[in-house]
Amino acid sequence: MTRWVWAAATVALLAALPLLPSLFGSYAVTLFTLIFFYGFLGQAWNIVGGYAGQLSAGHAAFLGIGAYTAALLSVEKGITPWVGMFVGGALAAVLGTLIGFLGFRFGLRGFYFVLLTVAFAEICRIIASNTDAIGGAVGYYITFTGNPRQFQFQDARVYYYVALVLMLTATGVVAWLERRRFGVYLSAIREDESACEALGVDTFRYKMLAMMLSSFLTGVGGAFYAFYLFSLQPGSVFGIPLSVEIIIRAIVGGAGTVLGPILGSFILSPLAELARHYFAQGGWHGAHLVVYGLLLIAVVLFLPEGAYPRLARLLRRRAPDTA
Amino acid sequence: MLFGGVFSLMAVGLTLIFGVMRVVNFAHGDMMVWGMYLAWLMATRGGVDPYAGFVVCAAALFLLGFVVQRVLVQRIVDAPHEMQILLMLGVALVLENAALLAFGPEPQRVRSALAQSTLWLGPVFVDVARLIAFGVAVVLTLLLSLFLFRTDLGRSIRAAADNTYGALVIGTDVRRVYAVAFGVGAACVGAAGALVAPLLPFQPPTGLQLSVASFNIVIIGGMGSLLGAFMGGLLVAVAESLGAVFLKPSLKELVSFSLLVLILLFRPAGLFGRRAS
Repeated sequence: MTRWVWAAATVALLAALPLLPSLFGSYAVTLFTLIFFYGFLGQAWNIVGGYAGQLSAGHAAFLGIGAYTAALLSVEKGITPWVGMFVGGALAAVLGTLIGFLGFRFGLRGFYFVLLTVAFAEICRIIASNTDAIGGAVGYYITFTGNPRQFQFQDARVYYYVALVLMLTATGVVAWLERRRFGVYLSAIREDESACEALGVDTFRYKMLAMMLSSFLTGVGGAFYAFYLFSLQPGSVFGIPLSVEIIIRAIVGGAGTVLGPILGSFILSPLAELARHYFAQGGWHGAHLVVYGLLLIAVVLFLPEGAYPRLARLLRRRAPDTA
Repeated sequence: MLFGGVFSLMAVGLTLIFGVMRVVNFAHGDMMVWGMYLAWLMATRGGVDPYAGFVVCAAALFLLGFVVQRVLVQRIVDAPHEMQILLMLGVALVLENAALLAFGPEPQRVRSALAQSTLWLGPVFVDVARLIAFGVAVVLTLLLSLFLFRTDLGRSIRAAADNTYGALVIGTDVRRVYAVAFGVGAACVGAAGALVAPLLPFQPPTGLQLSVASFNIVIIGGMGSLLGAFMGGLLVAVAESLGAVFLKPSLKELVSFSLLVLILLFRPAGLFGRRAS
């Protein structure tokens, strides 16, 4: 009975999301677009960082590669970003494979793996800022033409739908994985890698697959980033702060759960956006990041598994009364 | 090259904290930036030269490190690495952006009477400020090793680093030792920050770059090794300036990151480390 209620509620919510833009003002549409997009990025990170427990702090590199690839293909070669996003995703996956291979083959764990991913993202950033053909440190700008075939839309609601589809797709992939042997292996690797190996699980292979899938999805997201903002600066696209933005959503919401990153994005993206909007007007730059930092500290100390598992338990405890 | 001394001091602080607690201080660079801003405040408000004020900066940062350890880090000393990393990331975010709130995004620079003068040392032309920064950094590192090897408190810090349980058994107050070690590590960057404040224009995001730079150095030199951190600082400074000369100034960090990746893959214990952890 309860299960049916939940399923019905989920379906109703899903059905409502596409309808919302017709009720919203343009600011709310922007806000939700960002929530969906960061939820998508957090979900992509979740595969390798949450399920497999390999803390990558360099996911900005994948996003940056995807963004630059799609933008360059579109502007220089006229190839539509609808194709370019997959090319970007593939290139990001190539980098992900390289990082994963080096990190996992050489057995880097914990802090060492974090640093390896950071180092690669920083190397990407430095190379991008020193390559004049892609705008160098000044950045790369896309001129707005409003041509839908080039992923440019007059109507902000189209971006809303694209971001929604991205988020739902990634979440679907993760929900599917979680039920398969692959997902179980990943969680097992996170919990106790040596025990996994002892049981004959090819941990290297599964960590590599998780890394490739995660970097591919993030790379695809890069195309959206490029054509939503129309400007790419190496410092912001490849920078460590962007990687932190991605990680923090998954962690606060609950890493290693299907709905955690989404919940995290619903909590943090509006916070970031509102803070940016209001605090910046009053000259209070950085206030939202102070809040982020405090939240991160609080989550680690008091809620190490994230918000979603706690929320789910609360709901479940109440459920028997209603059923 | 002369920057190397300050790099070394910064890395020595990080490696001390890691060596004792196995916790990586992600807020290291941000603590350094606070040291810089303190030096700046003292110079602009009180007219104190940073080359005298660094003592105050070190003391203030000692306090900050001590408190951060007591209130936050102590609770997660035994937690998984991921949790420690995330907690320190949170501290870094708070420190960096509190600086942004307090001092604004404009780059600052501390004026020192000494920063303008230069000196001919034989055939080489040397900045007096850089020379002093280098000298003080080296002296402070030496003092720190004297402290660790010759005093009771220093000995108990090393004992807790080598064998926490053993130190507990013989009656060391490990919690206090941890807090002091964190404080001393933070004091190192506080002093380092004040010493480079006249040489390096800084703004709040500088902290992140400095954190990453000190991770580089510590990994290259060997996590937890004081000598490694010291030599690593010199090495990275030399490698970066060579990179700046032979490639392009904006590419100099590429050299240290490539060095980092190579070390991570082939000698994760670092050049001077004893063994891989």
